[in-house]
Amino acid sequence: MSNDGGVDTSRRRFLTVATAAVGGVGAVFGAYPFLAAMQPSARAEAAGAPVEVDISKLEPGARLTVEWRGKPVWVVRRTPEMLSKLTGLGSELRDPNSDQDQQPSYAKNAHRSIKPEFLVLVGICTHLGCSPTYRPEPGASDLGSNWPGGFFCPCHGSRFDMAGRVFAGVPAPLNMAVPPYRFVGDTRVVIGDDKGAA
Amino acid sequence: MRSVMSNARELMLWGLDWVDSRFPLTKMWKEQASEYYAPKNFNFWYFFGSLALVVLVNQLLTGIWLTMNYKPSAQDAFASVEYIMRDVDWGWLIRYMHSTGASMFFVVVYLHMFRGLLYGSYRKPRELVWIFGVLIFLVLMGEAFMGYLLPWGQMSYWGAQVIISLFGAVPVVGEALSQLIRGDFVVSDATLNRFFALHVIAMPLVLLGLVMAHLMALHEVGSNNPDGIEIHDNEDENGIPLDGIAMHPYYTIKDIFGVVIFLAVAAVIIFFAPEFGGYFLEHANFQPADSLQTPVHIAPVWYFTPFYAILRAIPDKLGGVIGMGGAVMILALLPWLDRSNVRSIRYKGPVYKIALTLFVISFLGLGYLGMNPPSPTYTLIARVLSVIYFLFFLAMPIYSRLDSTKPVPDRLT
Amino acid sequence: MNIWKRIAFLGFSLLPMTALAASEGLHLESANIDVSNVQSLQRGAQLFNNYCLSCHSAKFMRYSRMAEDLGLPEDLVRNNLMFAGDKIGETMTVAMPAQDAAVWFGKAPPDLTLTARQRGPDWVYTYLKSFYLDPAKPTGVNNLVFKDVGMPHVLWELQGWQALKSADGHAAPAEHGTDGAHDAGAESPFEQVTPGRLTPEEYDRSVRDLVAYMSYVAEPIQLKRTRVGIWVLLFLAVFGVFAYLLKKEYWKDVH
Repeated sequence: MSNDGGVDTSRRRFLTVATAAVGGVGAVFGAYPFLAAMQPSARAEAAGAPVEVDISKLEPGARLTVEWRGKPVWVVRRTPEMLSKLTGLGSELRDPNSDQDQQPSYAKNAHRSIKPEFLVLVGICTHLGCSPTYRPEPGASDLGSNWPGGFFCPCHGSRFDMAGRVFAGVPAPLNMAVPPYRFVGDTRVVIGDDKGAA
Repeated sequence: MRSVMSNARELMLWGLDWVDSRFPLTKMWKEQASEYYAPKNFNFWYFFGSLALVVLVNQLLTGIWLTMNYKPSAQDAFASVEYIMRDVDWGWLIRYMHSTGASMFFVVVYLHMFRGLLYGSYRKPRELVWIFGVLIFLVLMGEAFMGYLLPWGQMSYWGAQVIISLFGAVPVVGEALSQLIRGDFVVSDATLNRFFALHVIAMPLVLLGLVMAHLMALHEVGSNNPDGIEIHDNEDENGIPLDGIAMHPYYTIKDIFGVVIFLAVAAVIIFFAPEFGGYFLEHANFQPADSLQTPVHIAPVWYFTPFYAILRAIPDKLGGVIGMGGAVMILALLPWLDRSNVRSIRYKGPVYKIALTLFVISFLGLGYLGMNPPSPTYTLIARVLSVIYFLFFLAMPIYSRLDSTKPVPDRLT
Repeated sequence: MNIWKRIAFLGFSLLPMTALAASEGLHLESANIDVSNVQSLQRGAQLFNNYCLSCHSAKFMRYSRMAEDLGLPEDLVRNNLMFAGDKIGETMTVAMPAQDAAVWFGKAPPDLTLTARQRGPDWVYTYLKSFYLDPAKPTGVNNLVFKDVGMPHVLWELQGWQALKSADGHAAPAEHGTDGAHDAGAESPFEQVTPGRLTPEEYDRSVRDLVAYMSYVAEPIQLKRTRVGIWVLLFLAVFGVFAYLLKKEYWKDVH
């Protein structure tokens, strides 16, 4: 017990530190509701609920768009030619093996999807958020004779292949995101819900 | 390890030095806290100033968070409050903290003002502290009134309708004034939207400015105390009052404990009885505003009821408005109405003690009457109590001089 | 604290008792609901969704929230407690357009989300027990708690029909026939004219469940907020001990 003209300084220090520590814990718990309140509310969650899409009428080579959580989500029915073109592109792509975490585990493969035929992508460019255009035709005049088909973002020129993988040398840094999804039978896809399969 | 700690300490001291040569940080800390000497005999009644600050901070924080989700339109307001209560994570807690805080603000402020009446805190040289305080009280009433419209419930709507129409009592400009306040011919979406702007931005800014002025005026002359004597009359060779103690650490630490007790009371209400029997959250306000149906019984929120009772007791519309306004404004005259030789009730005679007791009874009684529908008996009692209320102030120049006093000590007891 | 201050304080602290002051002079029965009883809430949910939701909305209440709070699986709620086509995340709205309802009933059936909070559980409880036969009304009934209400006696299957006791204590003759006049209770203003599917005690229990559910709907968080409150008070107690000891220690300096 250290003494300072009758003042027990060590006791004071202990009590001050202890009170401050308990108070600090309280402050953290007190701040938590305020931060949690800024998270998406139950209404946002309900509005962000999964969306079911009927793909029975989707033609080969065609793309349909639905809205999920305010974002465009594409379902593309790829032709065998489109799928064959995916393999040879390795060196031109920034992340050909989908190493970056832009897709659920069941889409971490060569075709970035559950079934090779159907591609599901969040239709937003990973650069600054514009929605790329669908350019499936190979060798399009404005995109060059090497263009294998894919997606082209008009805002700053980023390019993605028919699996949504980003080309090297464009502003976008990542492959386009694959949302959680699952099939219901062969004709329907539920976007936003994969029942924990990821 | 020791060298790391001493390096860190040196860095912090250097940092503090850098700031101090550019900004009066340490200077302000010394002047306002660690070398601001306050009387050592502060009692229970001296907790309520710091508690008022705590409640102010609470209202600001919870208020800002509510504005993140509240929609200030007649169409969406009511639903947005329920949205906050149900869909926003912890929104219910933020809402209850704000509604309970509003009522607790008045509990704290009334007790804070009562301390002034007990110990003569309004006396020279603290008249300006008191007057800033009265202004704070006025702005607070306006802030609470406008805030109450925002949930857009039945009581919100009709309470606002009644109170705004009081302005119509002002001669010549009354109607135009009411219309100017409403922004419409009746309380409507226009009124709601502007009350939102005033409640969230204008009033809080004014309130913050007035609170700063209130504290600056106080620190300029130093605090009063329960004995009502000036501690600066007895200083040591360093100019430190013999009966003074530094605000930090003594009152900062004591006030922390006061805050804990206060939070416990507030927590009991927030978590176990947020409606507080229908006084803090009124039952009628759980019904959306309906301009075609007036509730059976309109009353203002509990903290306005004493003044509302005075308004109703006077049979003339303009007279009632003047009476109600006068009941608040007369507080500002206190420094000049009290002609006693002593500040504190401790050294005043029985006359003041009786007068203050009667005043408290009249204030509480009027408050009760203001909550209930009028009746002939109630109106009679309200009139008697209103007279007592005003006499406390108006007769004070006389009775404060006639009252006996006890000798005032030199040093604090 | 001197005697004057004690008196003042006491007076102020008694003020909340004014809440006990009786209001409109109407005698309300005690609902005695227990919102913590989940089974009661579940039974109430079933009654509410089957009997009330066809005309009244509860537009601030989400099905998914109710399912979670009442411990009901979402599939069960979807199949038994929702209208076809509604999504589980949606709120309990009703298909009846307000204008039509106003024409059919004289006034659009109000939304019920907050009714239990606005009127109080006792009011709703007594109201649902106070329908009586009244041939002068288009619905054939009136209500002692809400005079000339436009609402029919939706729960008539459960309660049966009752009539107001006239001055001499006998029920007024009713179109539905006097099938074994059953006295609803010595102090009751009503007399049972036709029995319902439930006995009066069973009916009271059902209404209690319904009112408990409505009370929950009016404030779903009430189930959770008291639990949080206990933790907050415990924390404040611990912190208060430290704060007090700290104060005592430093104030040893002051004499």
